[in-house]
Amino acid sequence: MSEKITFTIDGKTVHGKPGMTILEAADSSGVYIPRLCKGPGLKPRGSCRVCTVMVNGRPQAACTQPAVEGMVVENDSPAMLEFRRNLVEMLFVEGNHFCPFCEKSGNCELQALAYRLGILSPRYPYMFPKRDVDASHPEILVDRNRCVLCGRCVNASRDVDGKTVFEFVGRGGHKRIAVDAEAGLGATAAAAGDKAAESCPVGCILKKRVGYAVPIGQRKYDKAPIGSEIEK
Amino acid sequence: MAKPKVATASLAGCFGCHMSILDIDERILQLIDLVDFNKSPIDDIKEFTDRCAVGLIEGGCCNEENVRVLRDFRKHCDVLIAVGECSMMGGLPAMRNAVPLKECLHEAYLGGPTVYNPTKIIPGDKELPLLLDKVYPIQSVVKVDYFLPGCPPPADTIWQALVALLNNKPLELPYELIKYD
Amino acid sequence: MDKKQKQFIQGICKSVGNDRTRLMDVVRAVQAQYGCVCSDSVEWIAEALSLHRVEVESQVSFYAFLSGEPKGKTVIRLCNDVIDILNGAEKVAAVLSEELGIPVGGVTADGAISLEWTPCIGMSDQAPAALVNDVVVTNLDSDKARAIARQVKAKRPAADLVRTLGDGNNAHDLVKAMVYNNIRQKGPVIFDVFESGTALRKALAMSPAEVIRDVKTSRLRGRGGAGFPTGMKWDFTRQANGSARYVVCNADEGEPGTFKDRVVLTEYPDLLFEGMTIAGYAIGAEVGILYLRGEYAYLQAFLEKVLAERRRLGLLGKNVCGKDGVVFDIRVQMGAGAYVCGEETSLLSSLEGLRGDPKNRPPFPAQKGYLGCPTVVNNVETFCCAARILDKGPGWFAQMGSKGSPGTKLLSVSGDCTRPGVYEVPFGIKVQDLLKLVGANDAGAVQVGGPSGVMIGPADYGRTICYDDLGTGGSIMVFSAERDILDIVRRFNEFFVEESCGYCTPCRVGNLLVKEVLARICSGKGEPADLEYLQSLGQVMKVTSRCGLGQTACNPVLSTLKNFRPAYEKLVKADKDGFKPAFDIKAALCEAEAIAGRPSEHFSH
Repeated sequence: MSEKITFTIDGKTVHGKPGMTILEAADSSGVYIPRLCKGPGLKPRGSCRVCTVMVNGRPQAACTQPAVEGMVVENDSPAMLEFRRNLVEMLFVEGNHFCPFCEKSGNCELQALAYRLGILSPRYPYMFPKRDVDASHPEILVDRNRCVLCGRCVNASRDVDGKTVFEFVGRGGHKRIAVDAEAGLGATAAAAGDKAAESCPVGCILKKRVGYAVPIGQRKYDKAPIGSEIEK
Repeated sequence: MAKPKVATASLAGCFGCHMSILDIDERILQLIDLVDFNKSPIDDIKEFTDRCAVGLIEGGCCNEENVRVLRDFRKHCDVLIAVGECSMMGGLPAMRNAVPLKECLHEAYLGGPTVYNPTKIIPGDKELPLLLDKVYPIQSVVKVDYFLPGCPPPADTIWQALVALLNNKPLELPYELIKYD
Repeated sequence: MDKKQKQFIQGICKSVGNDRTRLMDVVRAVQAQYGCVCSDSVEWIAEALSLHRVEVESQVSFYAFLSGEPKGKTVIRLCNDVIDILNGAEKVAAVLSEELGIPVGGVTADGAISLEWTPCIGMSDQAPAALVNDVVVTNLDSDKARAIARQVKAKRPAADLVRTLGDGNNAHDLVKAMVYNNIRQKGPVIFDVFESGTALRKALAMSPAEVIRDVKTSRLRGRGGAGFPTGMKWDFTRQANGSARYVVCNADEGEPGTFKDRVVLTEYPDLLFEGMTIAGYAIGAEVGILYLRGEYAYLQAFLEKVLAERRRLGLLGKNVCGKDGVVFDIRVQMGAGAYVCGEETSLLSSLEGLRGDPKNRPPFPAQKGYLGCPTVVNNVETFCCAARILDKGPGWFAQMGSKGSPGTKLLSVSGDCTRPGVYEVPFGIKVQDLLKLVGANDAGAVQVGGPSGVMIGPADYGRTICYDDLGTGGSIMVFSAERDILDIVRRFNEFFVEESCGYCTPCRVGNLLVKEVLARICSGKGEPADLEYLQSLGQVMKVTSRCGLGQTACNPVLSTLKNFRPAYEKLVKADKDGFKPAFDIKAALCEAEAIAGRPSEHFSH
């Protein structure tokens, strides 16, 4: 097997190594493919579908699809951007995302994706679901209103922390994140230093008493769009 | 030539978006040259006296009065713009949406820990508009033409939007001006 | 009591070797014994299988037949498939509900009886039907419903509900079901006499490579619907690296309107098991697993008996048919009510004792399937075809059917026709010829392939059923001209809302959004723009969903928007004043008016 894979994304030649996913190869080549459920250092889940690209004309999740020599990938086209807008808008209306007073605002990846994609308001009706908050842990808060069911915390807790504090229960519209104790997060092995506690892309899993520390204007996505750290 | 007319209203909002309109600073003088305000808290005209080119709506619909005003705007305005998060997703008032109305009122007037209400009456005077079962984003009540997100939308956003519309230009907001907080 | 329950659970866990991948067997046993998998049970199971409790909860909460909250000792699951509804299931539900004094979804106060809806149980040709625990009751009407309710209330065993036995093996001592096979047309591939061992002996006389070559030559394609070439799949699996290989039969026949696998399992289990054994020999597997949908639990004991008989005859076990070194055996794994588990990677997740979430592909099951090992997953009918191909030769098979779709196909036909049942037809049959065959003279619409398929109207009846035109896993639903198309579409959508696993965004959220807009349109509050909205929403689901369920969930909407557009257009109307017709001010004020004890000042009539 050759040591280098060459393929194109939107006509631009990119390189990767055997075993890389399309997303990894794109990242290493300075091409940003928007993604949400794929967290840094975590196994891909392929659940949010935001990273959907066309591979030789067929839709595939870039975070799970292996890079193959000679493939033709469509990423930043009007059609793919429109699919992504739809997906991000679905996530906004599915939960209760009150950006104006959310601690994560400005550092939230869902919000940042919406900014980057130029979403002014979702085209779909808000569902306003009733969801609960688990504040039983002294250091960490779980606000399911903001959960986007990405599963980063599940993977982080299981694969990195070795704790399996988080897992999904229910299916379909009833799917929600659950914790490994009937009494709530406070009764689990979760700790503030866990990878799971910092893996949440939105304001669902937050460390307590550190909110709003960075003033508006200086937060992660106030000036530069998400993905600009990858783009060269 | 007559200047185009603009109307504004704050429904279930905090008037923060109206503050942001005023926050365009000295450009307000330019704005006055460009447009006439019709129904608006800015000039205190209570009811429409003429058809308007643009209506700016702050806040969502939490009560029947909001719905009446919003529909009135839709009838009188060529272009209707949702201004701010509350108008387009309910905002802070919509936090009650997962709670039945009866429970909300009970918490506010009878059972809440800080309530002082010796009469034990939930206010129900006819002057008070009845609350809707939940807070509705305005686009679920009437057709909305444009959305200016933010809490509030920056003055520059509102300014750019108005100038673009009044000059028949497409409304395109740069990255820095699309903010939800 | 608690101690006894703990011991029971420990015993069950021990009986599966405290193997966490056998979690499904454990929780099914606990559910059957205690009517739920309660919090304590979860804790004890987790302890015995070295799992986290949240992992057990995660699995239990996924399946419709398992529950954390107590269900009745007797659970009546009434099928709400569209065919059952059109045949009066709602009336049956009303009678059951009245007799039992509980709404659908409720449990009687004494905890004895639960009544709930369940999606298609594979009895559409004898609808309305229901499951009373594992017992199937068919052709229900008000009188039968009343009798069932009274018997269940009198705590008579569910088996007593079966008064007359069905045909063939339905009357077998280990089945004793009132189910009928309704085999309406026999054919040469599946519905023909089969003598156990004939195909297998021929296969064993060849090398595994030659067996695969024969399957390839026959051009057999998967009968589940996707139509992947079976020989190629077997070849990939054979060539993949792995410490072990597995053969898995997908008998999770969940596509509403499909019931042909049920008939094959009842009447031709040997043909199926022979096909699986041949596959095992071809790919070098020693273990085969039949994943049987929970709804078909009434066939489990019978199938186990057939397997035992095959072991006795030397057709399974060590040295199969006396051939040295050929080892193969089959076990039955029960499912627990999840349509998505018919998707092959979800099925594998379920087999591994997990939630039935689909897996990421690649790797494909042929490379990394069950427990990470190369695995062949085929449909019941596919294995049967393979057995027959080995018996009669690939040329014999390939000359039947149409060019790209050799062989015959089993079709489960239900709905508005005089002869519902199972038909073995050559591939390439025209829809109009099929309709004649089944006695459907005034068909206004035909749903080909179940809810995940397409709905066609008379203009398309000249089209053919095959992989290259109208593909189907076997479901054919016929609707007469007076049926309400949009009502059918809404029911299909509700099915997907219930059955989406929720893993990916477009399927989880998209189906709910489709439900909302369909409700709007059907209540006369839709606008012309809603049709474009539906179209684009369907497109997003089709393109971006992770598995076949989400990718096809919008097919009923997309195909009816195309083939039955007037049905939508007559319901939507343009709004002139710019008000949203779906916003109902009276409904929105109803609560406040009641609280204030006065009508609205602005919007009273």
